[in-house]
Amino acid sequence: MDIDYLSKVSTVVNEIKPSAIRRFFDLANEMKGEVISLSIGEPDFVTPWNIREAGIFSLEDGYTHYSPNQGYIEVRKAISEYLERRFSLKYDPKTQLLVTVGGSEALDLIARALINPGDEVIILEPCFVAYRATVTLARGVPVVIETKEENEYKLTPEALEAAITDKTKYIILGYPGNPTGATMTHDDLAKIRDVLVRHPNVFVVSDELYSELSYTGERPASIASFPELYDRTIVVNGFSKSFAMTGWRIGYMTGPAPLLAAMNKVHQYCIMSSPTTAQYAVIEACRNGDKEVEEMRDEYNRRRRVIVQGLKDAGLSCFTPTGAFYAFPSITNSGLSSEKFCERFLMEKKVAIVPGNAFGECGEGHVRISYAASMENIMEAMKRLKEFMQELKDGSVK
Amino acid sequence: MLNRVELLQLIERNARLSNSELAVMLNVSEEEVAAELEACKKENVILGYNTVINWEKTEREPVTAMIEVRITPQRNQGFDKIASQFFRYQQVSSCYLMSGGFDLMLIIEDSTLREVAQFVSDKIAPLEGVISTSTHFILKKYKSNGTLFEQKQIDNREAIVL
Repeated sequence: MDIDYLSKVSTVVNEIKPSAIRRFFDLANEMKGEVISLSIGEPDFVTPWNIREAGIFSLEDGYTHYSPNQGYIEVRKAISEYLERRFSLKYDPKTQLLVTVGGSEALDLIARALINPGDEVIILEPCFVAYRATVTLARGVPVVIETKEENEYKLTPEALEAAITDKTKYIILGYPGNPTGATMTHDDLAKIRDVLVRHPNVFVVSDELYSELSYTGERPASIASFPELYDRTIVVNGFSKSFAMTGWRIGYMTGPAPLLAAMNKVHQYCIMSSPTTAQYAVIEACRNGDKEVEEMRDEYNRRRRVIVQGLKDAGLSCFTPTGAFYAFPSITNSGLSSEKFCERFLMEKKVAIVPGNAFGECGEGHVRISYAASMENIMEAMKRLKEFMQELKDGSVK
Repeated sequence: MLNRVELLQLIERNARLSNSELAVMLNVSEEEVAAELEACKKENVILGYNTVINWEKTEREPVTAMIEVRITPQRNQGFDKIASQFFRYQQVSSCYLMSGGFDLMLIIEDSTLREVAQFVSDKIAPLEGVISTSTHFILKKYKSNGTLFEQKQIDNREAIVL
């Protein structure tokens, strides 16, 4: 009974700190069901029926076996065609595309296949929580650039230049971004390209899971579309967010063939192959999913406008998100910390949102509000937010 | 700037959204929404605002019948004349000219079984030009006008997903 278990856990795993907002997590979990949740980073939509049906049909037909490590060639071809059609990105389905267990596995594979102990990886906080952890687990050193609201949470060329050292292995870009909803335009990315051209050893990992969810009226730009960077960019994408397929655990990565071969080595021993049922569903998603994706995007867009207006009405300043399904308003004028704000909003108004510091220390002073929730719930939550802010101002809260 | 189709889709799904709510969703002014709705009414694009009601949950239990009618088209008037003799009946809630094995589809709502039977035998079948009728009763409504009748909206997602 007196075994010191933590001493048995590897140093690197011990290094990963539990989330700063663990306590808030527990609280929100206890209250699940009684509250309006704007705290969820996955679509509220169910996977479109034609995609679900394709998965079911594959089961009925007895497709219940392992697939090739890289994924079925038919799936890779469908994804490759989809990428070319929707994003003008060209990748050879035979050598430049690997089907993974969601985007998360891809991030892990990249870290494990590329990082030597001590290599630096630049991440832009506030960001998705797996970036830092995958780098740490691979014995890399996360180097954080804090992106700022005044720059619309974009990476600036100056900040990038200052962060690059001889040890920099790659940089992770996540646009459109979680938790900020920021995007980088073609012109913004061109400035980043100019910096990276001067540093030929630095690779780029572009997390484009939210690429279908862009509200600028233009197709979002991928940094891989610059010829100077194509050969050192790995694109991570998947079906979770854009096709509402989180539970299927299916994603992919594309990039230079020799690197993909290296990643596949890790993948084949850890994962073997991605879920077969999900792969069959994905063929349908790639070929016959555009209309549903666009309908979901348009609905997110309307909700986004309702949230932005609601935040304004409540007196919170917010950078106008242009992608993904999050708003990341500042709550500093409430006089509360992010966690306290969320905790009181949860307890007093029965609405769950996420403290900004969950996404890196610099997220403090902000909260993440997800609009992957019904319009009805969003409208009600915004009404309660306005009341909450008013009560804070009046000091009338119990 | 205002997308008429998007506006119509929104109110088709929920006719009770206010002009100010619609304005925010569509990123236009409230006045533009009001003007567009007015124009749609004038142009007979918007014909009315209905409510989807599950009558089975009330004390009333009306039946819905779909009556296929084969008719002989009339000189100079095609099917329109005889159709108008049907759709003027208040109990006919919908009347469509169809391609395929029959000509007119009449939908009768808000009547009892006996009333429908009487209506068909008294009013439809004897009419000159009617060749035959075939009446179908709806046994159960699963989905109507895009709305599911047995609503099951359970959010089984985790409380927080980062």
